[in-house]
Amino acid sequence: MAKRAAPEVNAGSMADIAFLLLIFFLVTTTIEKDKGILRSLPPIDDSEVEPPIIKQKNLFTILVNRQDRLFVEEEDMDIKDLREAAIDFLDNGGGVNAEGESCDYCQGKKDPASSDHPDKAIITLKHDRETSYGRYIEVQNELVAAYNFLRNREAQRLFGNRYPNVDNVFQAMLDEKEKNQFNKDEKLNADIQRIKEMYPLKLSEAEPDKS
Amino acid sequence: MSKFKKKKGGDLPAISTASLPDIVFMLLFFFMVATVMRDNTTMVENTLPAANQIEKLKKDRTMFIYAGKPSDQYKSTYGKEGRLQINDSFVGLESVQPAVFEYIATLPEELKDRIVVGLKVDEGTNAGLVSDVKQELREANALKIMYVTAQKQDE
Repeated sequence: MAKRAAPEVNAGSMADIAFLLLIFFLVTTTIEKDKGILRSLPPIDDSEVEPPIIKQKNLFTILVNRQDRLFVEEEDMDIKDLREAAIDFLDNGGGVNAEGESCDYCQGKKDPASSDHPDKAIITLKHDRETSYGRYIEVQNELVAAYNFLRNREAQRLFGNRYPNVDNVFQAMLDEKEKNQFNKDEKLNADIQRIKEMYPLKLSEAEPDKS
Repeated sequence: MSKFKKKKGGDLPAISTASLPDIVFMLLFFFMVATVMRDNTTMVENTLPAANQIEKLKKDRTMFIYAGKPSDQYKSTYGKEGRLQINDSFVGLESVQPAVFEYIATLPEELKDRIVVGLKVDEGTNAGLVSDVKQELREANALKIMYVTAQKQDE
């Protein structure tokens, strides 16, 4: 019945245990960041207004059939040529826009048989119900790439001196906007808007035929 | 010889490591709290297509819709056709709009009209299913969508 003092527990290995747990959580944590292609859908329009007539030359029709084959302006095309073709079409600037201005920043061929102005140039995408989603995203990606290429070129020309060591000026501007989202930079936003309006994203998607 | 050395006589006292566990626990708690476990399991095959012209997704206002073929353990019940999954169950097209409204109701006031719908669709799915979903979203007036993709390396 001798009362002994409890021996002190050695806490020296506690750090080891905690480290073990820490390393486990460090390894298992994946900070996942989802990325993707952002799109706005057109709102549903019930009004009975006649849609304006669009000249055939201002339309760039892409059709993806059920075998995932690509037809651009009714001609068979390979996916890797699509970006180039879309850039040529958008950048053509063969005529004038709705305000009667000709496209002074376009560097295309000014072919009168192709699009008048980036403002008027519309890409229409139609796919079959059985087209695979992977192919559909590939096409979307190429089209976004075409717009990004043109926007970046103009950003480089207009604001390139502000970002001397950057390859992709337009992306750099967007990144800066993202970084300063809590103190809004009006001028930067206006510049981004200006670039976007030079090459407005006009993509119309037709409903696949119900069969 | 130097006047600095005079002060210290013997050995350096050992640095106490008694607070080391506290520091490590602090880090541990930080990571435990910051770790987000996946909140829903996908019941469909979900290999995302790759793209390189991509933007970041703002998670605080995003609702996800999954689509693809049912994964192996559901194949017998749900067949092999592409199906939609919202939250934790297979749903039909008619449930898309109610689900969107339900999600909007949980959003804070300032984000309610900025909802983004993330479409996580398997690359082998028919694009027709996706366009049906988009039609439903248009009717629900949730017009911002994002095709969630994987990162594709440039050439």
